[in-house]
Parts: sequence; C-alpha cells; structure tokens
Amino acid sequence: MSMSPAPAAGAPVATTSVAIKGFAFGPQSIKVKVGATVTWTNDDQDPHTVTSQNGSGPLKSKTLQNGDKFQYTFTKAGTFNYLCTIHPFMTGTVVVTA
Amino acid sequence: MSVEDDQSPEGMTRRQLMRHTAWFGAAVVLTVAGGEVISQVTGPGEAPAALANDPNALRFIQISDSHLGFKGTANTAVEQSFTEAIDQINALPYRADFVVHTGDLTHLSTPAQFDQVKQMMSGLNTGHVFTVPGEHDSVDDHGQKYRAAFGKGTAGDGWYSFDMHGVHFIALVNTLGLESLGHLGTEQLAFVQKDVAKLSSDTPIVVFSHIPLFALYPKWGWGTNDATQALSYLKRFSSVTCLNGHIHQLFTKTEGNVTFHSATTTAYPLPHPGEAPAPTPVTLPAGKLKDALGIREVQYLEGTDRLAIKDVKLA
Repeated sequence: MSMSPAPAAGAPVATTSVAIKGFAFGPQSIKVKVGATVTWTNDDQDPHTVTSQNGSGPLKSKTLQNGDKFQYTFTKAGTFNYLCTIHPFMTGTVVVTA
Repeated sequence: MSVEDDQSPEGMTRRQLMRHTAWFGAAVVLTVAGGEVISQVTGPGEAPAALANDPNALRFIQISDSHLGFKGTANTAVEQSFTEAIDQINALPYRADFVVHTGDLTHLSTPAQFDQVKQMMSGLNTGHVFTVPGEHDSVDDHGQKYRAAFGKGTAGDGWYSFDMHGVHFIALVNTLGLESLGHLGTEQLAFVQKDVAKLSSDTPIVVFSHIPLFALYPKWGWGTNDATQALSYLKRFSSVTCLNGHIHQLFTKTEGNVTFHSATTTAYPLPHPGEAPAPTPVTLPAGKLKDALGIREVQYLEGTDRLAIKDVKLA
C-alpha cells in the first residue's frame, strides 16, 4: 500500500509573516517569491534580532523590543538562514524562489 | 623541556607522564559545607586551602554572565547582584592576581551598558581585569562596542594570550560568526596554533572562552563547532584547563588532557540541558536566587600541574 508522504516537519510554509514568540521564530521555515517583503514581529517581552548566520547575509535587524517589527524585501532567489544574535539557539530559514 | 624530551619514542616523557598522571589523579569533589555548594578540583588528599597562603601561588577569580541591563523576573536587580559579586571578591583574604569575566558583560550591547560594566569593574581590587565577549556583547555590531571598551591590546576580533606564574593563558572569542553554535574561525585558529608553537609541552595552559569549547548541549547552541581544531593544537600539553560561561550553571568534564569548567552567572539561572523547551531565564522561588549565582576562585602553585577550583555562591 502506498501513501503520499506527509509534509516533512519543518517544511517551508508559504507566508510573509513571522512571529517571534516564546524564544522561537514561527513558522521556523517559510517560502516566498522573489520581490516579497517578509515581516518579523517580536511578540516576546524579551528583545530579539533577525540576523543572517555568519554575519554574511542580507538580514541585519536592530534589537527588536516587544512589538517591534523588522521588514526585508528579498530580491534574489536562494535559501537564507538566520538567527537571533541575542539567543543564537533561535534559528529560522527563508526559501526564496523565482 | 629539551627538544630531546619532546622526541621520546613514547611520545611522552617520564616527567610529562608523571605530571599527566598527577593531573588525572585529581578529583572533582562536590561538597556542601555550611549551606554552600562548592566544587573543588584537588589532588588526592590536598585541600585547595593549602595554597591560600603560599606567596608563589597564582590566584585569580572568574566571574561570568552579568547581563547588565537585563530586565526580567529571573533577576530584577542584576546590577545589584554584580555589585555583590565585586564586593565578595574585594573581601577575599587575598588580592587576586587578576579577575577574568568570561562574557555577557552586558545584556544588549548598548553604550550605556558597556559604560556601566566598565565603571563597575574598575572597582575590583585586583592586579588586572581580563574579559572575553559573550554573544550579548555583540548583538548588533560584530563586537565593535565591546572592543572599544575592552579590546585594547587584543588581536583580530579581540583574542589574546598572556603568561603569568608559568601558566600560559589564551582568551578566545567564539561568539562572532555564529551559526547557532559558537565559532572561532580560521584566523583565530591560526592564532592559537602559532601562539602555542614555541611553548614547552609541560607549560600549563588555561583557555578562556564564553561558549563552551566542548559539545555540552548542541541543541541549545552550547558548543563550538570548530573547537576540536583548536584543542588539537593543545593535545601535546600535559595540562589544559578550559574555563567558560554562557550556560549559567556549573559543569565539569574531562576529555583526554583537557578539563572543562563552566562557571555560573552573577545574573540569573538557565535550565539544565534539555529540562526546558529552550534555554530561557529561570525564575526561582523567592530567596533562592543567590544559591544559583556565584564567583569562582582559582589557585595554581608554580611548578605543579594542578589548578584548584572553588565555586562559591554569592553571600
């Protein structure tokens, strides 16, 4: 008997909004088209950042306090990994397709 | 040590082996004395207190993770806690040769927080103050403000080394270029390799870093992804001690010739590995916070391979 596989845990979700809540990015992995603007909103009382891993990427937010938003418009296709520099165990991914 | 010694067929001289054995014979003793939890590394039958009055002993203090500027229920007065840690150091019956802060001096790397922590540490009664940065000290600028405040005389992104009482100290920066785990990078690895190249293998090595140099709990980022490379340069040394912070709790582990000691915090506790969804600040019941905070006394007697480590709770 064959079944179509369920989406893998952590499969990218098509959305342009990421909530930062409970020390996690949600959804952790998103997919958007080139030209899309993604908005991150800090719903935690603690401050967070949205920063490309290795410090070598386009994402570089200031320190986001509770309620602060960060927006970035992706102009190139690719996979963009980021983290919160204050809490580097918090990681996320944006998959940008043409 | 002569070159001949280094080339012995066994790869380890008799003298080294004896010291090696002495180091491995050391025991980590966890005791509760007078309500105070203390971890000590001592040789068999030797109390660290024996070194306390020796004028040849090196004595230094490690403090960590002060998070000045933190606002939260886990500690509503981190500045007060840090003041108490400083007072406790200044009240010791000896003047420490130096105090090292192993990072997360500030909570959010603001200019005001750096000014405050620098000002407060200037009140330490000690010969020198050394620091390494934590990830909270470089949240938005790759460590520029940290280096402006504490980076004088350092190389690269803020790393350095120095010698005192026959011990070689290496202070590393593993909180920049993060990929969720700590990271040293090729430039810093080359620094370590070159830095120790001319040292004899019986030189005791002490390494400071913020994030642990071993895989303590990688899921929470408690490890350094290229530490194995750095430690490979230290393999020939008979005694290597790595002192770190970041995890806000005591932890000790021996791996080969290296002993790792994670220090506690002066600010607030974090959960034990895996005992919470994420390593976020833990609010303890009223009156219990000071049990989780502390300072670390380290003593070393020249000519031995033994560091005596004593973790003391905030009074």
